[in-house]
Amino acid sequence: MQFGIFTVGDVTTDPTTGATPTEHERITATVAIAKKAEEVGLDVFATGEHHNPPFVPSAPTTTLAYIAAQTERILLSTSTTLITTTDPVRIAEDYATLQHLSNGRLDLMMGRGNTGPVYPWFGKDIRDGIPLAIENYALLHQLWREDVVNWSGQFRTPLQGFTATPRPLDGIPPFVWHGSIRSPEIAEQAAYYGDGFFSNHIFWPASHTKQMVALYRRRFEHYGHGSADQAIVGLGGQVFMRKNSQDAVREFRPYFDNAPVYGHGPSLEEFTSQTPLTVGSPQEVIDKTLGFREYAGDYQRQLWLVDHAGLPLKTVLEQLDLLGEEVVPVLRKEFDALRPAHVPEAPTHASLLAATSSSEPVKENAR
Amino acid sequence: MTTSHLAVITAGLTQPSSTRLLADRLTEAVVRSVRETNDSTDDVVVEVVEVRDVAHDLTNHVLTGFASPELQVRLDAIAEADAVIIVTPIYAASFSGLFKMLIDVLPADALRDTPVLLGATGGTSRHSLAIDHALRPLFAHLGALVAPVAVFAASVDWGSQDAGLLGDRITRAGRSFAGLITGASKVRASDPFDDVTPFAELLHGSSRA
Repeated sequence: MQFGIFTVGDVTTDPTTGATPTEHERITATVAIAKKAEEVGLDVFATGEHHNPPFVPSAPTTTLAYIAAQTERILLSTSTTLITTTDPVRIAEDYATLQHLSNGRLDLMMGRGNTGPVYPWFGKDIRDGIPLAIENYALLHQLWREDVVNWSGQFRTPLQGFTATPRPLDGIPPFVWHGSIRSPEIAEQAAYYGDGFFSNHIFWPASHTKQMVALYRRRFEHYGHGSADQAIVGLGGQVFMRKNSQDAVREFRPYFDNAPVYGHGPSLEEFTSQTPLTVGSPQEVIDKTLGFREYAGDYQRQLWLVDHAGLPLKTVLEQLDLLGEEVVPVLRKEFDALRPAHVPEAPTHASLLAATSSSEPVKENAR
Repeated sequence: MTTSHLAVITAGLTQPSSTRLLADRLTEAVVRSVRETNDSTDDVVVEVVEVRDVAHDLTNHVLTGFASPELQVRLDAIAEADAVIIVTPIYAASFSGLFKMLIDVLPADALRDTPVLLGATGGTSRHSLAIDHALRPLFAHLGALVAPVAVFAASVDWGSQDAGLLGDRITRAGRSFAGLITGASKVRASDPFDDVTPFAELLHGSSRA
């Protein structure tokens, strides 16, 4: 099982000090956080993509390539890549380049984005969100699998005799996850391709996640990729820890109360009881995370949000120490013991390469 | 025998509330009429949603995008109801803000093709038309089957001689709404030349409705 962190990349004033990081500070902090994640033994670092303030990650492949150059082991990913408003040709080119530079330490998570004006800024219509996600990904899928593509669709200029370069490393496209909170079409899309499905359930009750994951698993089996419990599932989470539970609550409360998204709304106590947010001791994080398995099944990837709402870099790095030292080693052991042998790990470049070289390569047709 | 589920949304803020009082009397009138209409074989199960009880949950829902378990139970009751009675106080020439928050977080199509009986309360009868200029367009937008007879109760309606008239309006609205729910044909007015009010009754100031 893979454990890691995902960042939204928000520039938020620290409510306890009034200090707001500059964009430069936030971007360099993001790199420091990713390097620390590798150092403490996490498996995945993922960054969001936004094209509006107060967010800095508008150019994820630039940041991820810079991180790739300074790390050796950690898998780099996105949370999410905007498949709706980004030209699939550019996604194919940018991420294939990053795949080469990182020696295959790359996968992606597709998402639609939740900021209305981003669509018109990029010449799209938010009402086409789902059709854009479906058509653009179909093209991206083809670009990474066929050397010469002839294509026409509704949302982009047609392609005749087009080859996306560079070709994927070793002829193996990066593994793709599809992220969605509540659109069944996206769970269906992930199932159709046999891709991963990621439920960022950090702001939502478990019942939503359960429905979406169950749909994805059922349809994954329907499309013949394996049994439902072999589908590739990732979950979000959100934690703030101190050795002593009360210290965690006291320290995190002002950040919670003023946080983007849910600040000035429900109380910390209400939100922790209704969503995966855990504020407490490492043991409480372990218990809550193990509980995700009860409604999502045996899953392959757990990502936590640890660096938002104005938390200072020093505090975030302390959170990573706690994750690496006290939480993840226990979770690895516990999840491994619970997982049946026929449930696979999340695919990586190495595992996909091993799978193709052990069997005769199959030329996949365009869908 | 069939069982109808009737949800009652009441958005009064005070305790006791005249909005709740109107909601209860409308409910009683509807239930009575349904039972009379269908040979007393049909049953009506009533689920009352006091909006005030979930005021904080509504704010949280608007901010976070999901309902607390307490609110979810109520949203489900409304979405699953066969018919809905809705009563709101009129503030600043329209429905109350808290009431609108509940409507805003209802799932899309929750009230589509659902019979809805409207009621409203206000300080004076000069707000009577708020039902028609504020509530009807809202529920037309939601695709509800809005009953043609609605009831507005001003403060003065609850006292003096007007109280009796309010009772008549509630009964009429209940009967009309029961017809909408059960599909019963309408009751024709009697011929005024066929059945005259005796003069002694006219002298005492009453007439047959």
